Order: sequence, then structure tokens, then C-alpha cells
Amino acid sequence: MERLGVFLCAGCGLGDALDLGALESVTQESKPAHLSRHPCLCSPEGVESIRQAAEQGNLEGALLGACSHRVKQQEFRFDPAKLVVERVSLREQVVWSHPAQQEDTQQLAEDLLKMGLTKLAKAKPAAPITDTLAPAVLVVGGGQAGLEAAAAAAGLGHPVLLVEKSGSLGGHLGRTRDRLPQGPSYEELEPNRLADRIAEIQAHPAIRIFTSARVRALRGQPGRFQAEIETLKGVESVEVGAVVQATGARPYDARRLPHLGYGASPNVVTSEELETMLFAGSLRRPTDGKLPERVVFVQCAGSRDPNHLPYCSADCCGVTLRQMAAIHRDYPRVETVTVYRDMRTPGQLERFYAAVQSHAASLFTRGEVEAVEGNGHLTVRLRDSLLGPSLSLDADLVVLAVGMVPNSADGEAIRALRDARRRVEKAESETQRQEAQKLVDQLGHHQGTEILNLEYRQGPDLPLLRYGFPDSHFICFPYETRRTGIYAAGALRAPMEAGQAAEDGWGAALKAVQCINAAARGEAVHPRAGDPELPDFFLQRCTQCKRCTEECPFGTLNEDEKGTPQLNALRCRRCGICMGACPERIISFPAYSVDAVASMIRAMSVPEEFEEKPRILALMCENDALPALDAAAEKRRQWNPWVRVVPVRCLGSVNLVWIADSLSRGLDGVILIGCKRGDDNQCHYVRGSELAHTRLGNIQETLTRLALEPERVKIVELAHDESERIPEILDGFAATLEDLGPSPLKGF
Amino acid sequence: MSDPSLPLLVVGAGISGITAALEAAEAGRPVVLLEKEAFVGGRVIKSHHYFPKLCPPSCGMEINTRRLERNPRVRVITQAEVVASRPIPGGREVTVRQAPAYVNDRCTACGACSSVCPAKVDDSFNLEMGQVPAIRLAHANAWPHRYLLDRPACPPECRACVEACPHQAIDLAARPTEETLQVGATVVATGWRPYPIAKLPELGGGRHPDVIANVQLERLAAPGGPTGGKILRPSNGQPPRRVAFVQCAGSRDVNHLPYCSAVCCLASLKQALYVHEQYPEAEIAIYYIDRRAPGRNEDLLTRVAAVQSVRLVKGKVGRVEPSADGALLLTVEDVESGRRLEASADLVVLATGMVPNLDHGSALDVKRDADGFGRDSVELGLLVAGVARRPEDVASSVRDATGAAARALAAAGRRA
Repeated sequence: MERLGVFLCAGCGLGDALDLGALESVTQESKPAHLSRHPCLCSPEGVESIRQAAEQGNLEGALLGACSHRVKQQEFRFDPAKLVVERVSLREQVVWSHPAQQEDTQQLAEDLLKMGLTKLAKAKPAAPITDTLAPAVLVVGGGQAGLEAAAAAAGLGHPVLLVEKSGSLGGHLGRTRDRLPQGPSYEELEPNRLADRIAEIQAHPAIRIFTSARVRALRGQPGRFQAEIETLKGVESVEVGAVVQATGARPYDARRLPHLGYGASPNVVTSEELETMLFAGSLRRPTDGKLPERVVFVQCAGSRDPNHLPYCSADCCGVTLRQMAAIHRDYPRVETVTVYRDMRTPGQLERFYAAVQSHAASLFTRGEVEAVEGNGHLTVRLRDSLLGPSLSLDADLVVLAVGMVPNSADGEAIRALRDARRRVEKAESETQRQEAQKLVDQLGHHQGTEILNLEYRQGPDLPLLRYGFPDSHFICFPYETRRTGIYAAGALRAPMEAGQAAEDGWGAALKAVQCINAAARGEAVHPRAGDPELPDFFLQRCTQCKRCTEECPFGTLNEDEKGTPQLNALRCRRCGICMGACPERIISFPAYSVDAVASMIRAMSVPEEFEEKPRILALMCENDALPALDAAAEKRRQWNPWVRVVPVRCLGSVNLVWIADSLSRGLDGVILIGCKRGDDNQCHYVRGSELAHTRLGNIQETLTRLALEPERVKIVELAHDESERIPEILDGFAATLEDLGPSPLKGF
Repeated sequence: MSDPSLPLLVVGAGISGITAALEAAEAGRPVVLLEKEAFVGGRVIKSHHYFPKLCPPSCGMEINTRRLERNPRVRVITQAEVVASRPIPGGREVTVRQAPAYVNDRCTACGACSSVCPAKVDDSFNLEMGQVPAIRLAHANAWPHRYLLDRPACPPECRACVEACPHQAIDLAARPTEETLQVGATVVATGWRPYPIAKLPELGGGRHPDVIANVQLERLAAPGGPTGGKILRPSNGQPPRRVAFVQCAGSRDVNHLPYCSAVCCLASLKQALYVHEQYPEAEIAIYYIDRRAPGRNEDLLTRVAAVQSVRLVKGKVGRVEPSADGALLLTVEDVESGRRLEASADLVVLATGMVPNLDHGSALDVKRDADGFGRDSVELGLLVAGVARRPEDVASSVRDATGAAARALAAAGRRA
């Protein structure tokens, strides 16, 4: 990019703290097509001055030396296809955080401007690919969530293909008579009207239904997926734009709960088995076919138990209450007792709980069920009950409220299994073969569990979070998924009640529709929603090391037989983790590339050893660490003036060459500041921070070889709200470097 | 059916409203998002951490504000309320009243005004704990990033801020403005307010400074809070040594809120960790009726239950009163033993519930149930999302709001 404009702001103290004239002279060295100064660049007049200069000077890029790129975004918004804007944070990173009119402060401003100009010169305008894409939404699973996802996508004007494994629609809810109250007064059972809803969906002209069907293969990318749907009639290949997976959950296998009498006595049944009786209108004791006098419900049967399901299934308390109410209504002589650890009836379900509780035939007692004994007539032994330390209850039917297990497939495990199989075949040594075989044995049970059958390098199904649910890791973004354009919904995604599953179907359908539309505009989806940039792979120089295909958190890249990455651009989320991974530095975005940042590092001044002014590069995550830095500046916290901050999209996008270049230029240290990693990670690209730590672990050995102290490179985790730590982190690092003395590579 | 060419109106820019607005806009629809406050983020931005991950809400809000400002299809109007609404074919015409823009968008958040402001007001962002200048940035990450003036607090004739502002961003004579907008469907996401602890005098609410609400503890634990993140007893500024959490304070109670607010158990579990992290020696007790931690949230319960200094006690706190030693005495009905217990604490946190922010007779006339929660009127293109609809946590609100956006767009009947 050649025709660049430089716009300096004199407001917010910049003019007082800095010698702007000197800064202008410095930028003049790179001969910008335009250079001007405004007393308040973000004012309507200031913005207009940029617009006019850009138009008159036919500028391609504008460097704004003013405030942080995080503020005044709307004022400084220009069409990125016409004018690429680079903002240099002279306010937050220089004058608000450093003493005015000092040589070091001036030098910092000068460096940041030069670095910004270099980056801008390397930028290219984004050239998004826009296309008309397949508008259809593929919904996998025809239970509550899938049905509503289909209705929603159709309601939003998109064709829908609904694939159901069994012969009929409706899932678990299709086999119940009643529903929990969904509206006022919240105290009465509601009739299950699912059959009417199914009829509506079946009659919808935009919804095609495939029953006794499965997805045999799914390949491509958002807007251009190709799905092979296999039915009893054969295989049909269809084009779809996005996918909602709503394959639901199944009850936990009660045979694993022998201490609760399941299997030992036919009179111990699961909630689902009771549901079958209630649905058929025949509540009977399996041993003698007689109406039971007392039904005892055992809550958390196998749930909230580290030996079975450690989580709460969120639905079982509601199901039990619904079944109790149905028994009270249909079999008034039957007594119902519920043994619980905690009754979980959030929100207005509390009203229903209170209504069931007040029924004369119902009793609730807190307690831990130790055993269910007997055959025909049963004894339920409790401890820690409200009614005493140990207690026995008589029952002629015991209902185990078992939890739910997601009908998911572990995409990553299946992929690991397949890779291990390949290694067993191709192993070069017996040890290798044995190790691979061990893995095959460990993962063997994943064989044949595939659901989506994605033709993705990173596995045929969604990656799972804890306990087998392909849930989002993010509280703020529950639909976030690591496979772009594929959204999980309903009890598959997280334990939930049927009413919530219905809503979840609507939400997931909107995300699917949104992804199709974003793909058509050539834009990224969350978290860089609207970003039109696409990565470019200069494959001629690819060495097939597979790091990019391996490390992309979103499964964007496939591989050909040789291991060359195959880009599926519309799956890309623009985090740059592939760019950070690539040792050949062949991956770049139009305005964010290995070369651009490397050039920024080269543009920075590196004082000679005798000047005793160390130089430090801080690579900071722009979502959490940089906002914390801005907040610290706004509070006028000060930090070491030898630090030069380069914001990065994610620490995962940091290419080690930046660190190597910095050190070989004689910089004294490099610090990476980014999000928390681990189980509760706060990285919006899931693995970025984790990967940065791993990669940095590898570079430490290299440092030692180069006779550089490993302390010269550091990585720190910082949360968005930890601005108070900024000075301590940066000053602390500077102090460490001062103790170490100047980099031995200075001046080489 | 709503007219798809008209923008979607979203009322309330808390986590639910922001989500509904963004999900619709990113699907391609024009959206107008109204917020009563001067900044977006609602209740979540006043929380220290989310459960169960214990991560700061400002992190996700950073992403959301970036989405808001980069999306050309969303228009955000802050300090605004709907004051009138009338049906038109395909939607409604609403009158939006915007509070006087004493500080306009020329403001650069440089802070020159705040440093000269002579007036102090209660810090509403920190729930009136502590004082701030009448002109200030509401909080570190306020978006829009613009100062806020509490005009009635200005001393007569004072023009200090106007004179200090280098950007002519302050107009003390600003008047409220009204604007008429034609919109298609509407999503109401006006959120909730905490049940006032003053209504719980038997639990010491409003009577003793060391009896605080759970929402106050969020601010005390937050780095941007009145104590800079230090949890201290309001009465004497000292660290607490025994902290008691009173669950269902005014919830699941026919005399107060008959429903369960769905988040208070998890909020207290999370807050017990705040206290424990700052004061590993502090004794913490959580008095509960049921420990409600659905789904994967169970992990948080397991984690807290394993902390030695935290006791989970099944029991309903009936009374909190000052004791002779300056501490607080709790009378607890221990449901397990049937006996009455007495316990002592020097900080009592009332886990109060959520009251929907849907006032009767408001311009949009949302249908409400007996508890005051809103109900959809799909035929009128009026949908309710988030806690205005039902008590729920953040992740559920986001799910609900995404669904509501979908229902609103479907009500407008066009390919989205």
C-alpha cells in the first residue's frame, strides 16, 4: 500500500506532552502522501478532514496518531475496501501513561508511529469473496430441539432438511402425555401438543423430512456444505448452508445402578419406563400387574455422583413432579413419595413444585438412598433423611429418576483413534506399533459412533466439552462452536428441560441462518463478526509440517494426501492461530501478517548498549490484555517507557519468528500478555493462549543455546478486569531485564 | 405479521438485549437498541465474575461492544425510553425520549471535567456504596465511552466542567429530545432489579450495615468497586472473619417472591469463593433450603463443598440481629435436626432474588403474569427475553434472547 495519509491529533493532552512537530518530521521520512495535525481528530470536523484528505489525495491507508483503537470506533469507521485505517495509541500508550515532555516519552511516540506506518504500508485492502450460497439448513435430530430448529429456520425463510434416525418424529417428548407448565399459573400440567406441532412441520412446504435416516457424509464449509443423506430408499446428496445438530440425549443406563435394585426387581423402573406406563394409561406393578399403592421416586439416581454422572441433568426433578402430578390426577388412590438431595425447580417451576407438594397424596423427603431391596414388595433404605439418620420406606414401585447422557460423538477421539490405527499399520518400529495399539485399545469404543461424519482433518464430529456435551465453553456465547456453521442444540448441547430445548432450537437456527448470511457476505462469524479478511496461504513454500491443520481450533483446514493444507475459507474465524503456527511464515491476512509485525519490530529504535535504555516488546491480546492496558492508562497509571506494545488478535497468532527477530535485533526482552488458559480458559479462540504457552516452552531451549537467558522471554496471563496489574507486570519485567544486563546480541 | 423492512426494536441493552440485537443484526436485519442507562451492559457489567467459570463479564462485553460498534445495521440509543407506542401496519410507531445530552459525543473521555467537578454524588454504578464526582465515567469500560453528568447535583451557577472541557462536549442547558421511530417486531429485554433487602428487616436488611445484598458483594469484590476489590465489612472497613450467606432471602416465600430466582445459589457459591480467596482463614456458612446447581454448574457446588472453611447448612434463616460483641446473630431453623440453631457472623449476605423490570402501564404494554414476568404477544410482534421473561442465569438469558430474536424475525416473515 503506497498512498498513505498520516493524521496526528493534538487533543487530550497529546499536543502538550509531545513535540508533534518532531513527530511530523519523523513521519515525513517515509514520505506520506498526506500529513496533517488536528486539534481534536475525533470531532466531526476532524473526521471530515480525514475524509476529505482521503478523497482528494486518493489515499489507500490512513494512520491515525491519536487514541486507542478501542475508542471512537464509530467516528473512525471508513469503508475498509477503500481506506485501511491503522490507529496508533499515542494517548493511552504514551501520554496518559508516561511523563510529559520527556525524551523517553517522545521516543516511544516516535517508535509507535513508525511501527504503525510500517504495518499500514504492508496492509492490503480486504477482498472478501461474496457469493450466492446454499440457503438450506440441515437439522440432524427430530426431537423437541430439532423440530423447533426446523420450524425456526423455515420461519426465517430458509429451506430445511430434517434428518431423523428413527421412524418417527418427536423424540422423548413424543412419548409423553403431559408437559410441565410453560405459562401461568405454572401450577397445572399442560397437555402435550407435540403431535399438532409435528403435523404443522410436516405440512410446511419449506421443510423436507427424512426419517429412518442418517447423515452419511458432510463436507465443505458454511454456505457450501454437501451432505449425503442415507435413507431406506438410498442416498441423496444435498447442498446446505449450515447445520444444527439436535441429536438429544438418552437416559443413563440404570443397569449400572444395581444398589438401587434395578435389574434385581422388575418393580424398580426408570422414569422413562414409568412414562411408557403413564402414556399407555396403565400404571401397573410389573410383578403382578396390580395398581401400586405407593410409588417411591428416587432422585439423582446415578446423577451428581462421581462414579456415574458427575453433573446434574437439570430435568429429572421436573420430570418426577410431572409424573407425580399425572399419578395424582389419574390414580387418586396411589401415594407418591420422592426422595431427593435437593429439589431443583428453578424459576416459576417452583410454583408447580409447591402445587404438587400440597397434594394430599404426595410426600417429599430429603435423603440419600443407600439401597433398594426386595423383589415384589420393596424397601427403600435412606440415610441422612429429614425424618431421621436412617429410615426405611415401603414401596411397591420404585422409580429411578436417572439422568441424561448426550447422544454425541467425540470427534477428536474418533480422529485420534483413526490416526492410531494408521500408525499401527505403518509403524516403523515395534515400540511405535505397540504404543499406537495401546491407544487403539483405549479409544476403541468410539468406533462406529459417528453422527455427522464430517470430512474434516480434525475429526468427523463436533469436539466435546466436559461430560460428552458439545456445549460452548463461553457463558456469554452459549452457541459458540468449534466447527463454524455447525451448531448444537437442545439436550445434546447441555442438560436441559424440554421447554428450554425448544427455545434452544430457535436460537441455534438463528445462528445457522446468520452463518449462511455472513458467508454470503464473505464475513467472519463470532467473535470477529463482520471481518471481511481472509487468510492467504502461499502454498508453494509449504513444507507439509501440518502444524496449521493440527492447531486450528476451528477445524478450518483439511489436508491433501501429502499433508498440504486445504483452506476452507468460510470456516475460518480469522484468529491467526495458523499464522502463529507456521514455521515457513506463509500464512497471512491482508492487514495482519507475520511480515507486517516483523516489519514493525524492525521499525522500532534499539538504543546502543552504552545508552542504557533497554528495549522491550510486549505482544498483547487485543481482547483482554489491551483493554486492561487502556484502562490502566485512563487511570493515569504509569509504566516503563522502554516497552513497545504490539496488539495481537490472539496470543495464538504470535509467530515465534517475531520473538527471534526481536532478540536478534538486540531487544532486551519480549513479553506476551494474554488470556487465562486451562479448563476455565478465557481465550476467545479456545486454544490460543494454551498454544502460545506450549510454543514458548519450545523456544526456551533455543534461547539457552543462543546463550540468552530464558528470562528474556516471558508469558503472563491477564484478565480483562486486571488493569491494576499492568504497571507491576511491565515494570517487573523491565526490572528483571535490567538485572540481567543488556542483551548480548545488541549491536550484532 | 410485522413488516420485515422495518427495523427490529430491542428495549434494554443488558446481556439479553445486546444479544437479541446483535444476533438479529448479524443475521442481516436493521436493529434499534434502546438503553435507559448511559451505558450498555445492564446488570452483568456490575458483576465481578460469572459462575461457574469465575471469569470477568467485561471480557465477553468487550466482544459485544466491538460487535455493536462495527455492525452498520445496529443503532444504539442510550439514556432512552419508549414513552408512547401505537400500532401501524406491520409494526408500531414508538416515541423514544432521550434524556438531555449534557455530555455529547464530542466527549473523548479525557477526564478534564471530572478533575474540576466540585459536586459529589452517590456512586450508582457501585450501588450507592461510595461517592464520585457528579461528572464521571460510569465505569472503566463504559460503552459508549463517554462521561456522564448527574445534572441535579450541580451547584447553582457552577460551570467548572464546561470551562475545563477542551472539546465543547458539555452543554448544561441540554434538553430532552423525542424521536419517532417506525419499527417492526419488538424484543423487550428490560431485565431485573434486586428484591430490596429493606423489605427483609427480620433478616437485618436495611437495619445493620454488615447485612448486605448479594449484588453489593459483587461490587465489593470487583476491582472497580468502592473498596478496589477488597471485601470489607461496611460498618468498620475491617476484613470479615465469619461470613454467612442467607439463601432464598425473600424468595420461595409467599410473603415476598413465591418463585425461585434460579441464580442465587450459584451466586452465593461463587461469592463464597471470592471471600475464601481473599481470606482463606474466614469461616463461611451457606444456609440453604435446596442447593440448586443445575447441569454442569454442579461442578461449582462440588468445588465449593470441598473447601474446608465453607459449610453448607440446610436450614432457613429466620432472624438476623446484632449481638453484644458487634457481630450478628443468626437464628436458623435446622431442617435436618428440626432444632433451632444460633450462629454468629460479622458479615451477612442476603441472597435476594430478581424482580422483573416490567412496570405496569408502560408504553409498550407488555402482558405480565402474576409474578410480574412478561409474556410474548406474538400477534402484536412483541416478544420478551431474558429475566424480564423468567428468572435465569446469563447463559440461559443469552440462549433465550437469541431465540427471541429468531421469533421476532420470523414474526416479521422474511428471509433473515
